[in-house]
Amino acid sequence: MTRYVMIADLNRCVGCQTCTAACRHTNATPPGVQWRKVLDVEWGEFPDVQRLFMPVGCQHCADPPCMHVCPSTATAQREDGIVTIDYDLCIGCSYCTVACPYQARYKVDKPEFAYGDLPTENEAKRFDERTLGVAQKCTFCSDRVDAGVAQGLTPGIDPEATPGCVNACIADALSFGDIEDEHSNVSELLAENTWFQMHAELGTEPGFYYLWEADDKRQGTSRVNMDVQDTQG
Amino acid sequence: MQNTFGNTQQTQWDWRAAGNFMFGGSGGALVLMAAIASWPGVPNLVVGLVALGFVGLGLFLVWLEIGRPWRFLHVFFHPQTSWMTREASVSVLLFAATLSGVLLQTPALLAAAGLLGFLFLYCQGRILRASKGIPAWREPAVTPLIMSTGLAEGAGLLSILLIFSGAGEMWLLYLLMGLLAWRLASWSYYKQRLAANNAPAAALQALDSVNRPHVILGNALPLLLLLTVAVMPDLLQPLALLACILATLSGWLLKFTIITRAAKVQGYALGKLQQGRPTIKPPVRREKDRFVFDRD
Repeated sequence: MTRYVMIADLNRCVGCQTCTAACRHTNATPPGVQWRKVLDVEWGEFPDVQRLFMPVGCQHCADPPCMHVCPSTATAQREDGIVTIDYDLCIGCSYCTVACPYQARYKVDKPEFAYGDLPTENEAKRFDERTLGVAQKCTFCSDRVDAGVAQGLTPGIDPEATPGCVNACIADALSFGDIEDEHSNVSELLAENTWFQMHAELGTEPGFYYLWEADDKRQGTSRVNMDVQDTQG
Repeated sequence: MQNTFGNTQQTQWDWRAAGNFMFGGSGGALVLMAAIASWPGVPNLVVGLVALGFVGLGLFLVWLEIGRPWRFLHVFFHPQTSWMTREASVSVLLFAATLSGVLLQTPALLAAAGLLGFLFLYCQGRILRASKGIPAWREPAVTPLIMSTGLAEGAGLLSILLIFSGAGEMWLLYLLMGLLAWRLASWSYYKQRLAANNAPAAALQALDSVNRPHVILGNALPLLLLLTVAVMPDLLQPLALLACILATLSGWLLKFTIITRAAKVQGYALGKLQQGRPTIKPPVRREKDRFVFDRD
């Protein structure tokens, strides 16, 4: 079996937002919608201040609350764990949005473009009217993954079968692959490093892992107050 | 809960969604109270229509909020796990049973309608509890709070209707007193649980801002007024009427606050560090449950 997951190495991420830009270009998301965004997190008190950059988005949970609450069955889960939205079924009730503990979902009611009323060439090419008035979120670039797999390529290894944000990362901080394959890139990264899942206590079993050093000082970060800049595009 | 950051206010469910919990909950409970009050007979048509009017108003408001309103029938597609589907399904049966019960003067249908009104209210409590992204909603204590306030509003509304028609019932006022006491206890327990589970401070502040008016004007004062009526039944009309209005308005204020002001999102957090290849939990893979139709 296959279970696709993503890994963000917080020790490597430099907060350049290239993944965000790549995602927005790939999916032509409107202003204010970032399926992949990077949080700028600071904590501590001067002069003992630390900072990290944290990519977030849909965690493609193994037990996704968004899917359970969805009244229309628009939100579903593939065999490989990718959580999907059927735009033709969704009624735009936003129940999934309030059920998601990762603030990964958006709803846009009218066409909006980056530079005013007229779309750019890329936006015009990729505009999908079906996404208006319904829930939308990161797809793990499932169409790209599927097309790559159909050609015999390996997601996470071959760029043609790998999500756009992972391909674009300049620091090699993002990785994608099959966690059920114990020899895959993601399995090896998790075996060799310390990691955490966000809000694991909620029982959602996120398919998104964060690598983070097992430094005593850094371990304390979950117990201190942090300031965060949530950069909206 | 870990120390989270970015607990902003959710903006997807606004006053329109709150309206469904306010008026829908009151309407469902009003059907139940009317069924109990009239047993073994049936309530008059006006009471039935008022109750359904409240439920209909709530559903209409939430319909105004959805992004694709003409696909509203899709709301019935997921009874396996969605409390929203269950609420919508119960509402259809509630309308059918109440209308046919009062029109055909059939007590059995009204009894079924009362049970459905209770179920409708329960579904509303579970809708909030299933919202894992909002700490103030997913707290299990929210369900008894929604139930207790809905029932108190239903008893209050029925008393108002009966008092206006010159047929105020003392037992109904005693029941309302019990429900107000339950609501107070539920409210207190709910806030206690939220604080114990480190809910976002802004959510607790929003709830605290309505604590005094809710406890004093919405519960203590109505209880005092109703106690006075119990001792001096001659004062039923003015005092009980005021008590019922206060009890109902306070319930609506409470639900409006929970939905629109206390709904801070989960936020983000760093988790507990672990080492080694994780134990993989397979996806629950609900794809086979999906409703599939021919889009051609």
